[in-house]
Order: sequence, then structure tokens, then C-alpha cells
Amino acid sequence: MAKSVIPIGPWHPLQEEPEFFTLTVDGETVVDMDVSIGYNHRGIEKLSEMKSFDQATFVIERICGICSTSHPFAYTRAVEDVIPVEVPDRAKYIRTIIAETERIHSHLLWLGLAGHFLGYNTIYHWVWKLREEILDVCEILTGNRNNYAIFKPGGVRRDFNMDDIPLVLRKIDGIIPTVDRLKKAILDDPVLHARLKGIGILTKEEVIDYSALGPTARASGVAKDVRKDAPYGAYDRVDWDMIVTENGDVFDKVVVRVLETYESIKIVKTCIAELPGGEIDLNIKDIPPGEGIGAHEAPRGETFHYIRSDGTNRPARHKVRAPTFMNLPTYKATVIGETISYATIILAAIDPCYCCTERMAVRDVEGKRLFGGPDLVKLSQEKTARMKREMGMP
Amino acid sequence: MRTREQVLKDLQTRFKDDIVDLLDKSPKRVYMEIKPESIVRVGSYIFKDLEARFNIASGVDARSHIEILYHFSLEYINLLISLRVKLDRKKPVIDSLTTEFKAVNWIEREMSELLGIEFKGHPEMKRLLLPDEWPEGVYPLRTDYEEWDKNAIRDRGV
Amino acid sequence: MSFAVNAMLKSPWVFHLSTGSCNNCDIEILDCLTPRFDIERFGMLLVGSIKHADVLLVTGSCNRKSAGRLKTLYEQAPQPCVVVAIGECSLSRGLFIHSYNCPVPLDKIIPVSVYIPGCPPKPEAIIGGVVKLIQKVKGT
Repeated sequence: MAKSVIPIGPWHPLQEEPEFFTLTVDGETVVDMDVSIGYNHRGIEKLSEMKSFDQATFVIERICGICSTSHPFAYTRAVEDVIPVEVPDRAKYIRTIIAETERIHSHLLWLGLAGHFLGYNTIYHWVWKLREEILDVCEILTGNRNNYAIFKPGGVRRDFNMDDIPLVLRKIDGIIPTVDRLKKAILDDPVLHARLKGIGILTKEEVIDYSALGPTARASGVAKDVRKDAPYGAYDRVDWDMIVTENGDVFDKVVVRVLETYESIKIVKTCIAELPGGEIDLNIKDIPPGEGIGAHEAPRGETFHYIRSDGTNRPARHKVRAPTFMNLPTYKATVIGETISYATIILAAIDPCYCCTERMAVRDVEGKRLFGGPDLVKLSQEKTARMKREMGMP
Repeated sequence: MRTREQVLKDLQTRFKDDIVDLLDKSPKRVYMEIKPESIVRVGSYIFKDLEARFNIASGVDARSHIEILYHFSLEYINLLISLRVKLDRKKPVIDSLTTEFKAVNWIEREMSELLGIEFKGHPEMKRLLLPDEWPEGVYPLRTDYEEWDKNAIRDRGV
Repeated sequence: MSFAVNAMLKSPWVFHLSTGSCNNCDIEILDCLTPRFDIERFGMLLVGSIKHADVLLVTGSCNRKSAGRLKTLYEQAPQPCVVVAIGECSLSRGLFIHSYNCPVPLDKIIPVSVYIPGCPPKPEAIIGGVVKLIQKVKGT
């Protein structure tokens, strides 16, 4: 059969960022694939070299909107590695708290989008509603929903207002029941099992060969996490577990992310409870000549920054490596050999449809209310149970 | 499992002739300068035999020469080894590591277009980030980069 | 007011286009659709093709690779089509004004009707901006 080429992107309805995939297909099967990126290239490494060490934090923050603490965290650690210094304890805890709230909102965001990609828009709307609570927490703690501007080389820019902490704890406790419900809805759903299990498998050897990172690697049984391997911040003072699963398919990646959300909630709560007092900033004035490397486990994997200083107040070279740079090439290993319908799931692209069942009410013609929200939840649970019986699932 | 001292000693004896300089900066960071022609041998030994994870490579234009640092992390001893190679700035050429592992594929493409380093033996050397209309031979991350686009607007108009 | 404009104002369908942004503005746009803000109650719908859209929401600093395609997309859009620039990057390129890959601002490439500043603008600001757009087209 003749091969045909399917272009996806650069602005596909489902990708919020522009990237261009070219799938070569033979019938239904994907035989080759190419990714073209660069629609987002803004020359940040060069821009950072034009700014002073203090200003560069703001440029770095705008590399990625979802990881707007991960990059500054890695960058400030790289600068601190040049000198070298240890930041005060309170700053470490504040950094950890912000980084983990970011991980919660990032994982929730991904979960919602994954639900959306599969046409499971209930999950999308549930999760994003839940995510707003976490964004509120970020806003209370730092003053902004995203782009927190709280990191600086040598510490943090602002302290928490301790009067807000009870509200923050209340909000975080408030999301746990919804996350529980979400976990059940995702992990017990027979449709998701049927669609995601055994799809887009990334083997352990491929993870090592591509040096894949973060949840992508951990779903394939590669237990690597910078927070455990080279502890920093408050991660070595808090008790938490690294989530590792073995299968490497799309379903396991979902599992890893759902379970990591719980770990992050745990870390945030412990850190807030144990928040030490004292200074938050070292007031670093000069950066001596030298080199430094900083890494941070971002929600998607390790963020890596390399800084070279020549003794002036600007970095002489600043290399940024985002986790997706290592994870994206693995698409090539996972997609080839699958059919197009699965390829689109793996590439997170299927046809979009928006609906909002959360607050829907079915009414008859006279306007009498037949079903409300709780009834619909009950109906859907009954259907799930029926499908599970039919599929022979426990 | 090997210890940090064993790993460093092993590298020093095995690659006695390849290592130019070894800087033991801190317990977690080691910078090792090697000869450019040895990169495939040393790089693949660290990646495969020492079971390191390839973090990334940073290309640096150091004015007098061009440097590449290949960063590898060895999680089991919490050590980050950076292999440094120095290349001639007029004609920077080095062997590609893609024959040994796939993780370097994209970063070599990136360094080639942003810094103008030639990687011998790279299977698909094409542009990764820059647009098609970007002129050949202009490398934005070089220190002597100058604006080539006469139509660019760099003021805010206020 | 023509029939087309009248229909558009009842239910403006939006197409979202990121031209090299950091994702924040894009996420805030998606946020507008989700339960807390829910702009669908105003008849606004995010569509998957520019050919269905009345409003083009542009984010990002228009890098070289995106700029040409952005122009093509704008030309493909059915008229009347209004352009909303969201976020500091698409207004003036913000921090990225000296970037080698972002040569010209958005409003030098395609005409822009409404500017929504912020880095990123909050969902309330985006909704406010679209409401202003409707008022502007109505001429009130």
C-alpha cells in the first residue's frame, strides 16, 4: 500500500503550544514520524546573557508558564553552585513549598488535558476546577497565580505572611477528597483501561538510551528523581516516596502523576508544619568567576541549568535544558508501529469536544427537574460498574 | 557498587592519555578536560559502563576557543561529571556521539545551528529551532553575533 | 449592523493561536472555559479551525517561524475577523524585545483590535477584554 503523510500542527486544536508532527502512515500504521519544533524559540539563552544575575531570574521564569518555579529553582541553584553557598533554611522550605504546589497544579493540568484528549471532558472540567484551588493557594502565598517572582540567587524575594497559612492549609485539605474521587474515576474506569493500557510502551532500555526523565522514566521502572538522588531544598528533611511503576504505557504515566500529586500534598503540608524561622535571603552582592550547575526535578523531569560567570554581573553563558527536550524524542520510539488512533493519544491529539457535565441538569418540557448533579454522578457510576462487570474487571 | 574514589581513579588510569586536566570542584561536581578526538571513547564508557545518565551538553563560545561540556550524572554516587573539550574557534569539528546513544541527537543539532559546531557522523543534521530563512553561517550564540535582519524593530515606539 | 456582525456578537467563536509564548496565557485562555470562569455561558466557544472562528486570540511574541504562518492563517479567516492580543508578549514582546528570533511585534504583522495586558492576564481580564471588544464592535 502507498504510504501517506499526515501533518499535525503547528496549531492543532489540541496542542496549546505550536509544534509540528509529520506522521508517515502505511494504511493505519505509523511507520515514520518527524517532529519540527522551533515555533516557540525565543532565544532565552542569549537574552539571559544580556541581563544581570538578578534580572535573569525573571527571564528564566518566562521560559515556561507551567514550570515557572522549576527554571528559577534550577537557575538559582546553579548561581549558588558558582559561589558556592547554602541558602538559609527558611528559604529552602519556602522554595520547596512553592515548587510542590506547582507540581500539584501542573500534574492536575496534565490530567485534565489528558482527559480532554481522550474525549473524557468530565475529567477535564473536574480537574481544572480543582486546579483553581491550587492556583488560589499560589496567589495567597506569592501574590500571583503563575510567574511567582519569588526566587532570587541566595534566597527568596518575599516571606510568607504567616496569617495566611491556616487558609492555605484549609484549601489544601479541601482538595484531597476531590483528588480521591478523581483517582477512583481515572484508575477504575474500564474505558480508560481499554484505551490506555499497553499503548505507547516505552521500555527501560529506551528510557536509558534516550535519557528520558521524570514521570516518563519513572513509569517505565527507572527510579530516577533528582529530589531523591541529589537532595536539595527541604526534600531530604521531609518523608516522601518516589512513585515508580513498571509497564511504561500511557496508563502507567497517568498513575505516576496521580500518585505523585498525593506525595506533593504531603510534602507541602509537612513543610508548612515544620517551617523554620530566620533569614530568607543571603544578599549576595558579587558572583565570582567560575562555573555552576543546578538541577531541579520539575513536574516533567529534571530541569538543568549551566552557568558560567566571568566576574561581571552578567552570566557569560547560560545553558538551559528543559525536561521535554529529552522526553520529546522518545515519541519516536513509542509512536512508530502503533495505529494512527493510538498515535494521536500518545501525541495527545484527538478531536476536541467541549462539554460541561459537572453542573448539567436534565429537565423535561415543563421544566420539572428530572436529574441533578448527584443523580448524574450516580448514573455514571452505575454505568461504570456495569461495564466493569461486562469486561470482567475486579 | 563503586564509590566516588573508585570511579575517578578508574577514569584516570583507563584514559591516562586522553585526560588533559581534572578539576575536582566539589563533592558533587567534577570537571574533566579531555582531548577532542577521545570524546566517543570516554563518553560511551561513562554512559554505558559507568551507567551514567546523559544530562545535556552545553556549548560555550569562550572567545579564544569553543568549548563543549558534556554533563553526565552518576546517581548512585551523586556525582556530576562534566567532560570538557576545547575546539578551534575558526573551524570547530568533533565526532558525533549519536553512534553510541540516542540522547545526544537533538542537542548536537541545536549546537550545530546555534554555535556552528560541526558533528562528524550525525545521521540527520538539519535545523532544529531556527527558521528556514535564517542565513547560513550566522550563529546567534556566538559572542560576535550581530543583528543581520534590517527589518527588525527593537524599540517600543514610545 | 450587518447580519454577520450581529450574529458574531451573539456568540463569538474564538480560535486560539500561540506564537511563541510561555504557555501561561494559553493556559489562562483554557481556564476561561472551565467551570470557575466558564465563558461558554456568554456563547463563546473555542473552535478547532480558523475557518470557523470570528475572533482570533493571539498570544506570544511572534517568532520568525510562527510569524509567516500567522499571516497565512489570518488571511484564511472568514471576515469579519477581529484579533485580540493577549499578554505582554503579543502587545510589545515584553522581555523578548531584544531576542534575535522575535523581530517585529504582532500589530506590525496583522491588525489588532483589542490589547489585553498582563503577564499573564488573569482570566477575569481576558473576559473583560472580550466584553470590551463586543462593545467596540457594537459601537456603544
